[in-house]
Amino acid sequence: MRASLRRAERARTLRGLGLALPLILFTFVFFLLPIAGMLVKSVQNGPMPDILPQTSALLQPWRATEPRTLPDEAVFAAFAEELRTAARNRTLPELASRLNFENAGYRSLLMATARRLPETPAGSWRDTLVGLNPQWGEVAIWAALGRASPRLTEGYLLAALDHRRDDNDNVQPIDPSRAVYVAALTRTLEISAIVTFLCLVLAYPLAYRLATLPESTANLLMILVLLPFWTSLLVRTASWLVILQREGPLNEALQWLGVIGQPLDLVFNRPGVLIAMTHVLLPFMVLPIYSVMKGIPPNYMRAATSLGAPFFTAFRRVYLPLSLPGVTAGCLLVFILSIGYYITPLLIGGPNDQMVSALIAFLTLQTLNWGLAAALGAVLLVITVALYLVYTRVVGTDGMKLG
Amino acid sequence: MNSTIGRLILSAGVAAGLSLAAGTAMARDLTVVGWGGAAQAEQNKAMFQPYVKDTGNPLVQDSWNGGIGVLRTKAQGDSTWDVVQVEADELVLGCEEGLYARLDWAKLGNKDQYLPGMADECGVGTFVWSTALAYDKSKLGEDGPKSWADFFDTKKFPGKRSLRRGPRQSLEFALMADGVAPGDIYKLLATKEGVDRAFKKLDTIKKDIVWWEAGSQPVQLLQSGEVVMTSVYNGRVFAANNTEKTNFALAWPAGFIYQVDSWVILANSPNKDQAEGFLKFIQTPARQQDVANVLAYGPTLKDSTGQIAPNVLPYLPTAPGVIEHGVSFDTSFWVDNIEALNERFNAWAVN
Repeated sequence: MRASLRRAERARTLRGLGLALPLILFTFVFFLLPIAGMLVKSVQNGPMPDILPQTSALLQPWRATEPRTLPDEAVFAAFAEELRTAARNRTLPELASRLNFENAGYRSLLMATARRLPETPAGSWRDTLVGLNPQWGEVAIWAALGRASPRLTEGYLLAALDHRRDDNDNVQPIDPSRAVYVAALTRTLEISAIVTFLCLVLAYPLAYRLATLPESTANLLMILVLLPFWTSLLVRTASWLVILQREGPLNEALQWLGVIGQPLDLVFNRPGVLIAMTHVLLPFMVLPIYSVMKGIPPNYMRAATSLGAPFFTAFRRVYLPLSLPGVTAGCLLVFILSIGYYITPLLIGGPNDQMVSALIAFLTLQTLNWGLAAALGAVLLVITVALYLVYTRVVGTDGMKLG
Repeated sequence: MNSTIGRLILSAGVAAGLSLAAGTAMARDLTVVGWGGAAQAEQNKAMFQPYVKDTGNPLVQDSWNGGIGVLRTKAQGDSTWDVVQVEADELVLGCEEGLYARLDWAKLGNKDQYLPGMADECGVGTFVWSTALAYDKSKLGEDGPKSWADFFDTKKFPGKRSLRRGPRQSLEFALMADGVAPGDIYKLLATKEGVDRAFKKLDTIKKDIVWWEAGSQPVQLLQSGEVVMTSVYNGRVFAANNTEKTNFALAWPAGFIYQVDSWVILANSPNKDQAEGFLKFIQTPARQQDVANVLAYGPTLKDSTGQIAPNVLPYLPTAPGVIEHGVSFDTSFWVDNIEALNERFNAWAVN
């Protein structure tokens, strides 16, 4: 009896699992695996240990020496030998691009050296290489090679936080004229927070009105909220560009009305980005709040007022707390979505409004520095998860309702 | 049920076998790869179809969107492409890496017929496009900007101006504005002082720059009056004036930066002889003019501008009296320095 019950139970669990299996597989293959891949990429050092194995091994003990001087002849000889092999196997370009991330100009140094490398050294390999290009006599060039030699590196993560290892492998803040990423990260969080706040201020009264109107009117208004939602993001962004530009309809209307004398600068700066992003993300705030408010029986407010509470007290003490799960869900949704935004700031923002995703896209597509792109992604992921944890600690997952 | 599956597997096997046999037995037709779109359609009309008609050789077309990674894959293993149109950076990188066949110029015609720098050991330049200074003549009339110094002069020309986002070209134009001779620009940019000087010059109009990203933006910015002048691809100005009836003008004498798109033959091509015959056939002044007349891309052959339609000539970077003001985009410099200068540019832009 009990056994058959258990069997039936197990069959049901299995059937349930079977139904969920496609989604679980999908999530695993298209969500968890890429994220894991990204995290791995952010610490992977690149092809040097495979392309120049002996040089990589020899450079390890050299890196421990203090103070740094030029590596000895054995390193030079191994390097020259392996450089020739790499050029023959056509693996050199890959290595050259990787090393160019360390030092600008490394790519052509390496390619040119490989092209002109003689079969046998004239004197020592050290003199030969330095003769080909005096840069081979600089510690900095070898230190960069040394940094690329282990399998794993924290270099990309350091770079994502505007730090680097100097020629003696000490961690240093990067030169301020090249520091980009920390500022971009804080800017991203700042823009996301402001957009979330603006969405909340606009969405809450709207959702309240929608929830209290009769069904037919509410549905009609709901379509107005959803309509932009069904339009492509690019179209909406481009439309904002047209509306907000100096000779666009908004500026012309304001000038015609006499509100302003000079056209306002509303595009290619922060206000433009905030306006467009708030508009694009507004439905993500309205919908969760609305769905929670729909579930609040109107009797509660009536009961509170009939017991003598003025409207605002009743609202504050009864309605607001009941609608909070929708608010928290909406805020989280909008904040997380805006952290990843880049098309809107790219098109409407100025140079001071670019978010981290734009830099990630740039590194991925243009300079092919996937390590640094992955490191920035990892930092962004850590920040998001940390914020989410703090948030659930403060609000609690029970206090959140997504629909 | 089982028999259906069996049949499927069988037919798939037969199909695979057949295609394998076809692949090894038949020599592949010459495959030419362009960038698709209007440009390739025009090349097809002016160059590819005449080749097929005159020589009777079949020709297969394909198109791509650039990227050295694609060429690295194509140059290894089974060959599927023969002749590919590449941009300047792919030409430099691929040639260095041995992805392309070394060209036999004896078979391709005279190297001296080409404008300087447009014929090299790996590639045959096919057209020239450029980034130049443009303004709206209907607004500024004859008093438009004459130099990049004017571009940086917000007293003489109040209002916003726009440049392509990023250090590429911005730094070159800044140095031109600062009075550096075109020939010295890249020599100077290779030094820290030169880069500092360029950024210092950009500082003077930092608040007045709108940065564009896509090639269609500068034209739109000019048209809407958002900016008084801009850097722009010359072909876009030609297209806008033709289709939108705008009156934009290019200030060629101010100096501009040009890049060459070239044909290369992949190193693993089994049709190298045929490919060279094809390149010799299509690279004639007449055929280059046909393409230029529609797209306003400049021909690379010296005597190719004679028959260009008068309405196209003002937009051509290689027109006589124009090309002398141009600076060839230094691809090797930028491939080496793009990461460092990008960081510098991004940091500069926000501070």
